[in-house]
Amino acid sequence: MASQAKTIPSVTGWLRGLTSFVIVVLLTFLGLLAITFFIGRVVPIDPVLSVVGDRATQEQYDAARIAMGLDKPLWQQFITYVGDVARGDLGMSVSTNRPVSEDLARVFPATLEMATLGIIIGVLLGVPTGVWAATKQGTWVDQIIRVFALLGYAVPAFWLGLVGLAVFYAGLGWVAGPGRVDIFYEGLVDPITGILLIDSLLVGDTEVFWNALSHLVLPSAILGFFSLAYIARMTRSFMLDQLGQEFITTARVKGVPEWQVIWSHGFKPIRVPLITVIGLSYAALLEGSVMIETVFSWPGIGNYLTHALLNADMNAVLGSTLVIGSVFIFINKISDVLYRVLDPRSKE
Amino acid sequence: MTTKDWLLDESPTSRMQANAGRAYRMGLAMLGNPLAMLGAAIVLVLVLAAAFAPWIAPESPVGQNLQARLLPPSWDHWMGTDELGRDIFSRVVYGARITLMIVALVALISAPLGLIIGAISGYFGGWTDKILMGLTDVFLSMPKLILALAFVAALGPGIENAIIAIAITAWPAYARIARAETLTFRNAEFISATRLLGASHTRVILSHVLPLCTSSMIVRVTLDMAGIILTAAGLGFLGLGAQPPLPEWGAMISRGRTFILDQWWVATMPGIAIIVVSLGFCFLGDGLRDVLDPKQGGKS
Repeated sequence: MASQAKTIPSVTGWLRGLTSFVIVVLLTFLGLLAITFFIGRVVPIDPVLSVVGDRATQEQYDAARIAMGLDKPLWQQFITYVGDVARGDLGMSVSTNRPVSEDLARVFPATLEMATLGIIIGVLLGVPTGVWAATKQGTWVDQIIRVFALLGYAVPAFWLGLVGLAVFYAGLGWVAGPGRVDIFYEGLVDPITGILLIDSLLVGDTEVFWNALSHLVLPSAILGFFSLAYIARMTRSFMLDQLGQEFITTARVKGVPEWQVIWSHGFKPIRVPLITVIGLSYAALLEGSVMIETVFSWPGIGNYLTHALLNADMNAVLGSTLVIGSVFIFINKISDVLYRVLDPRSKE
Repeated sequence: MTTKDWLLDESPTSRMQANAGRAYRMGLAMLGNPLAMLGAAIVLVLVLAAAFAPWIAPESPVGQNLQARLLPPSWDHWMGTDELGRDIFSRVVYGARITLMIVALVALISAPLGLIIGAISGYFGGWTDKILMGLTDVFLSMPKLILALAFVAALGPGIENAIIAIAITAWPAYARIARAETLTFRNAEFISATRLLGASHTRVILSHVLPLCTSSMIVRVTLDMAGIILTAAGLGFLGLGAQPPLPEWGAMISRGRTFILDQWWVATMPGIAIIVVSLGFCFLGDGLRDVLDPKQGGKS
């Protein structure tokens, strides 16, 4: 009876939580749009000039200005912009002559593939490393892991990529070089999901699969190192909090084996906060891939963005910023919500 | 009474004695932390290298010598030479000036901005707080690097624009901290007392609220330095930050990219400089946090 009385307000609480979540996400997206709008329309001294060039006549200039809607007040321009984005219209790319949204849909899976393998590496190595450091607190193992994790905040990703290529590709020959597959495998597998590892397995072409994997391993491992550093640091700190609790001492006094104390008493409660950490670092990896993709000529969204930057292709720059920003915000908010749903203590 | 006793006196008789004693205790705590001392030493070397670059560097950072192109590291050229025969060690030393300038300017723009926004938001509360923190949250939930890239794309490449772009993306974290700090003593008696004495809001914020936020701000800024250096180097690497022939470390790596397979030192050396300096700031920041902000200390 008592439990039933409790569930009814919690359902409305749920709904209220959902509404406020949706409002927050929508407002954040609107903020993102306001920022890209500001960068695209307000910051450049004259957006018309960058389209028509400085040799255009006054008539051409005026025509372009009206065609771009720049004669209207700023707030009206912003509403038009939001409407365009909502319809998936991000404008045309000057350098590829295709709609930016089409370009982005084409390049995004490559980034997703690299970042996903990266986060898998980061979680598989980072969580045990963090737990290990926590159980050895204060010893040289802990110190080495601490310095190693701090390196993740101090090493430039693009530099690590270059050195990695020099050592593992040119020097040792363990992995394949820049690009997604060797040139003679290119175009053999038609994109289905756009993720080459999955596509090649779907059509049963294992040769392409292994080749793609040997191209993917190095950039993903480097991305993985950065998430490893963050995940290990956070895992260590969560574990230290847990291991200092009294129920851990109780378990030890009862004679529970040490591995069981660590993994089932200590580790179980930190799985929930770890989800948030992993979500945050996954979002950060999507961002970090920009630098890595440039070094590895990886045909993903980061490479597309840097090409657009160097060609002053503002539509493509803002489109990429919007997509990366949206995914970033979305993952952040989702991991936030997951934390609240999974952790019974955070319920009111 | 010796100087040490005077410094460690439990009941200081003047404001100066209290401050000196506090600084002395912090210094002692820092000395007991080897990693923090290492970090402080690295930062000191960076500052000295930047200040005395013309005396330390054996050669000019931009002087070309085509006879001495791409020489490996040796006694004459500690870090080898680049594709125009420039001594890489000299360029790295001069690069310290650029790095230090970027870091200092970003900190000088973003920290006070964040501090003031956070303090105002926390002090006044209500709608001011809601609006300012809403804005801060929107900026906080953006990917920093991408935002900086987009800003530089709109402003045009160059070191000044890179600094502005990084500062724009750096302030929200400071605003959050300053607000949290302000909230803890907003309703404290000394604030009410100052108000009763007739002090204006501006005066309360400037001379009573802001000084109390500075220590956690210093910790946070030091910890953020590594990230600022990496972002600046990244912009330089992409050709959007410092322009050649400026010896900026990221731009130097970008030039060395072509030679990475045969002349590894051209790209590797400036990268090592970035890593050492960033690590130095991380160590120093960790140490400062343990000393200045004991509630956070030792946790992460």
